[in-house]
Amino acid sequence: MKTIYEFIIKELLQFKRDKKMRAVVFMAPILQLILLGYAANMDVDIVHTAIFDQDKTATSREFIKNFEESGYFAIDYYASSYEDATELIDMGKTIVVIVIPKDFEKNLNRRETVSVQTLFEGSDGNTSSIALGYIQGITNRFSKKIVTETRDKYGVNLALSGSLTPEVRVWYNPEMKTRNYMVPGIMGVILMITTLSLMSMAVVREREIGTLEQLIVTPIKSYQLILGKLIPFTMIGFIVLVIVMLIMTQWFGIVVRGNPLFLLFTALLFVLSNLGLGLFISTVSKTQQQAMMASVFAVMMPMIYLSGFAFPIENMPKVVQYITHLLPLKYFITILRGIVLKGIGFSALWVETLILFGMGAGILIISSLRFSKKVE
Amino acid sequence: MDIQMNSIEVKDLTKQFGSFTAVDKVSFTVKQGEIFGFLGANGAGKSTTIRMLIGILEPTSGDALVGGYSIMKQPDKVKTQIGYMSQKFSLYNDLTVEENIRFFAGVYGLTGKKYEERKKWVLKVANLEGKEKLLTNSLPGGIKQRLALGTAVIHEPKIVFLDEPTSGVDPVSRRNFWDLINDLSAGGTTVLVTTHYLDEAEFCNDIILINAGRLIAQGNAKALKTNYIKNTILEIESDRVVDSMGILEKEDWVGETSIFGNSIHIILNDNAKGEADVRDILTTKNSINVHRVDKIVPTLEDVFIHLLEKDKTNVS
Ligand SMILES: Nc1ncnc2c1ncn2[C@@H]1O[C@H](COP(=O)(O)OP(=O)(O)O)[C@@H](O)[C@H]1O
Ligand SMILES: [Mg+2]
Repeated sequence: MKTIYEFIIKELLQFKRDKKMRAVVFMAPILQLILLGYAANMDVDIVHTAIFDQDKTATSREFIKNFEESGYFAIDYYASSYEDATELIDMGKTIVVIVIPKDFEKNLNRRETVSVQTLFEGSDGNTSSIALGYIQGITNRFSKKIVTETRDKYGVNLALSGSLTPEVRVWYNPEMKTRNYMVPGIMGVILMITTLSLMSMAVVREREIGTLEQLIVTPIKSYQLILGKLIPFTMIGFIVLVIVMLIMTQWFGIVVRGNPLFLLFTALLFVLSNLGLGLFISTVSKTQQQAMMASVFAVMMPMIYLSGFAFPIENMPKVVQYITHLLPLKYFITILRGIVLKGIGFSALWVETLILFGMGAGILIISSLRFSKKVE
Repeated sequence: MDIQMNSIEVKDLTKQFGSFTAVDKVSFTVKQGEIFGFLGANGAGKSTTIRMLIGILEPTSGDALVGGYSIMKQPDKVKTQIGYMSQKFSLYNDLTVEENIRFFAGVYGLTGKKYEERKKWVLKVANLEGKEKLLTNSLPGGIKQRLALGTAVIHEPKIVFLDEPTSGVDPVSRRNFWDLINDLSAGGTTVLVTTHYLDEAEFCNDIILINAGRLIAQGNAKALKTNYIKNTILEIESDRVVDSMGILEKEDWVGETSIFGNSIHIILNDNAKGEADVRDILTTKNSINVHRVDKIVPTLEDVFIHLLEKDKTNVS
């Protein structure tokens, strides 16, 4: 115990004296977050839209009016058939077609669930996913309005789902800002970069300067050596996380709707897998340069591109989609967005939480075994 | 422990890297409390041997007992017996003197009074009392090495391995460092020290010399001087040292030649020759002014040069 404690003190002292590392760990995330946070403001101003109204009733017209009045949608065409609608998309005349089904009004009045279909020109994944968010938002508000009206009229409480659902994923990000969607992801990426670089560099540096050899000759056990690095780097990772969270809430005004403690807990699980990967890299690298290369190209890039942080996973080829299941960052970003934007907790995110834990523990154990074997 | 007991017994220790044999069936014993010199040129296999003895590197074959424990079968036990100072600087440059001492003391589990006592001792031998807060990086080379040695033996091991502790250190500091090694040895610690400075061999109780992974000589300094060179050695001082050496080399009765400062040492193939023959060739035939020619007892360097030359011809 004392040995591990001395180790932690030593790592923290070294970190304190290493100006470059300190800048990388503390300054880089702040700059990244602010720059990316602004760059991520990819809100789409006008979505060119066609409507295929099969109902043609007062309610459907009111529904359409909501789109016109939102200021996001320009209703350029009214399609008269499916063929018509798909042709508009094929010819690139519109990005979205909203299909209002027959009996839209009738079914709503019967308090049945009604689906509104949306067709997308999917080549611009970003615009379509943003447009989708808008459509979801409008549909939801419309549905809420109906619920309220019904309640006022009849004095009954209708379940929200009993009235109108868009045929799409769950609605979130109510202000319809891409930034709100991106910043929690950036938080995950920053935590990954920080902890991964710290760990992969630290062991290799000791190998390079020769102190690792010195340590191996002492009666110190490899688990003590590993814990002596894991604990201080987890601590540093958490300081970074808290800084990033403060910027997110104070600077960007994005509130954490869920439980911040649960967020920190899942962050810990996520950090485990990163430290494990860092340790693994340190067993296959001879120099700090190699370790940096391996971290960036073998871990960071795939994680950033494939985790759903930068591009929606739904738009990736099927094979690639399977690969994304192997990335801890994917689960952590799902959890982060869930906690920050939707305010959900363990009961809704337990699958991701368990996977994250399993991956963290697994990677860490494999790397530790590999490390111990190399050391002895 | 009995004074006569062996601290280290090495038997046919071999290390191959692929098809390259870095250490080739080396055997030797080190007595308790002695200073054991491990000599050889760069790349001879000194570090590789040490790394096997301290359990960092697994031998290809052979075994060794270190402090009574087998490096093959009980490497963990071996670790409790030894201190080690690697060829690279083995302290953290970005920690202060005190932080380094504290860290390594912590790693060895020293606490409380024992820690304070050992810390004081390390500071004293490194001549760093009152300078605990200095960054290790800012210390002069000689002091750094003393601090590294002090830290390597902070837990008072029975045996300490020093891999080229004096390389790159100025002569005065080297002298001081050897005083420290002597003190350790006087206190009963066994010291195995590698060096490529042949003159340092004189400070050792026992010596082995390795070349290209093979052990080519062992014994104490006196035995080496008498056992390995039977031929007469002449020390010659003349006006033109390099020319003189070139001329003498061509003679059949002259064996190896080497330059020591402003004199030449030659080993005679024919002990019947002497001063008269040297003067005859240099002064009479080549008109080089010869100041003196003396018959000398070989230095260890003469012995090593002789042995290395002989080994070279054996190999080729
Ligand atoms: N890990 C290794 N892999 C391959 N060759 C090595 C390795 N370590 C040392 N060697 C080679 O073994 C030889 C002996 O090296 P070393 O023991 O370091 O010599 P010394 O310490 O006497 O200078 C050298 O030729 C060196 O290149
Ligand atoms: Mg060496």
